[in-house]
Amino acid sequence: MIELRGIHKAFGANKVLRGVDLTVPKGKSMVIIGGSGTGKSVTLKCVLGLVKPDAGEILVNGQDVTKADRDAFLASFGMLFQGGALFDSLSVWQNVAFRLLRGSQKRPKDEARAIAIEKLRRVGLKSSVADLFPAELSGGMQKRVGLARAIAADPDIIFFDEPTTGLDPIMAGVINELIREIVVEMGATAMTITHDMSSVRAIADDVAMLHDGVIKWSGPVSRLDNSGDPYLDQFIHGRAEGPIEAVR
Amino acid sequence: MLIDTVAGIGRSTLRLLAEIGRATLFFLRALAAMFSPPFYFREFGHALLTIGYFSLPVVGMTAVFTGAALAIQVYAGGSRFQAESVVPSIVAIGMTRELGPVLGGLMVAARVTSSIAAEIGTMKVTEQLDALVTLSTNPMRYLTAPRVLAATITMPVLVGLGDIIGIFGGYLVGTERLGFNRAAYLKNTVDFLETWDVTSGMIKGAVFGCLIALVGCYYGMHSNRGAQGVGRATKTAVVMASVFILASNYILTELFFTG
Ligand SMILES: Nc1ncnc2c1ncn2[C@@H]1O[C@H](COP(=O)(O)OP(=O)(O)OP(=O)(O)O)[C@@H](O)[C@H]1O
Ligand SMILES: [Mg+2]
Repeated sequence: MIELRGIHKAFGANKVLRGVDLTVPKGKSMVIIGGSGTGKSVTLKCVLGLVKPDAGEILVNGQDVTKADRDAFLASFGMLFQGGALFDSLSVWQNVAFRLLRGSQKRPKDEARAIAIEKLRRVGLKSSVADLFPAELSGGMQKRVGLARAIAADPDIIFFDEPTTGLDPIMAGVINELIREIVVEMGATAMTITHDMSSVRAIADDVAMLHDGVIKWSGPVSRLDNSGDPYLDQFIHGRAEGPIEAVR
Repeated sequence: MLIDTVAGIGRSTLRLLAEIGRATLFFLRALAAMFSPPFYFREFGHALLTIGYFSLPVVGMTAVFTGAALAIQVYAGGSRFQAESVVPSIVAIGMTRELGPVLGGLMVAARVTSSIAAEIGTMKVTEQLDALVTLSTNPMRYLTAPRVLAATITMPVLVGLGDIIGIFGGYLVGTERLGFNRAAYLKNTVDFLETWDVTSGMIKGAVFGCLIALVGCYYGMHSNRGAQGVGRATKTAVVMASVFILASNYILTELFFTG
């Protein structure tokens, strides 16, 4: 279970988060939607401890993340970065198996490689890409390698920052299904950021909409279409007119 | 007007102090990472190769031409006092104590500090450093510690090799152009050179090596966003590493050779 309470974060004069309250129950899939630049990525980074909130409290399984043993805490996490963030000095399979090649989850090299290739297959990549370098892949392929790396060590909590952006519709479908599978079969807790409304419907148990630095609306995905919230309605139907200004 | 000036000075002083504090903290954290597990041996081996081995040509070139030029200058200067015979010993002392470590250090700084700062800076702006953290890997241990350790270990070796090559450069010019007898030149070099001349230079090398890698890592990890940020980090890193090398060289020389 992940709980955010009153999270504030400003970069200089830019007040990005202004009191975010959000609860993600264990084993559920939460999707965060919201306009570009509203602080969705920053929210995930706060939970991971990569960005330090100015105020507020973040609890994971009841424990304050700022006080937990960071390495042990992060060992149960997987994160897909918006930009992939692959290590360009390492080959694709070494990227995917990064966690399995060092530290507390270290295992023999060929075993790690076999797991990496299996994870690559799950994100729709052939084993022939395993020995390429990230720079030799297309943007969408890099994204999927990032996804494979995030799930490589079977984490309990997974964050996906725009997992389907830049993918073709078929591949996006494959990835949506994969995320769903990870939550349902492996019982993982997931937080996903996406702009793709079909992804939202495919992945989410619950949806939260971030706007103006706060969670404007949150609820089960079944209530998405009859929420009665003008902000949410404008967002999911992609209308230019409404309470959300188009220029931000 | 006056108030503005004073306020400006105050602000930059505070900024400088904050920067010094940050850098010191960084140095201490790097030290801690170097001497406590986990150790990343692959990264260390890779750093030895890229920082040490591949710097050999640069250091060798620098040394051979410096030694050669030094021989000519000492000869010209010595002839004013009819003391041309000091060429071998002055070349040897000059190379081992000063020019070998300092010029070698500056050249390695140009090569290694820049590449470390650019590499780590790019990793920072593409979120690779964040990704490392989420994969339970401390960037200080994984990136900084191996590089600083490798540079500190290999620089003295490079300086030692540079000494030999530099003395050889002086020897070539001395015997081929200035008319020294080959055996006499070598004997003169060996007789006058003391162990401390060589070891003091190598100790300097170790300090410079540590600075070279540390400064590169520091500016890389504190790089601002975007290509411009990485460019600025790289430039600043090379300038600062060079200044630190020259300044610490003066301090070490005071410590070693006075009093
Ligand atoms: N490290 C940083 N330094 C300064 N400002 C930052 C930093 N990270 C994010 N920001 C600012 O915070 C705001 C929110 O950024 P964030 O990346 O969270 O947006 P987002 O909601 O993920 O948008 P998108 O959907 O486009 O990815 C932006 O205005 C951005 O400029
Ligand atoms: Mg984002």
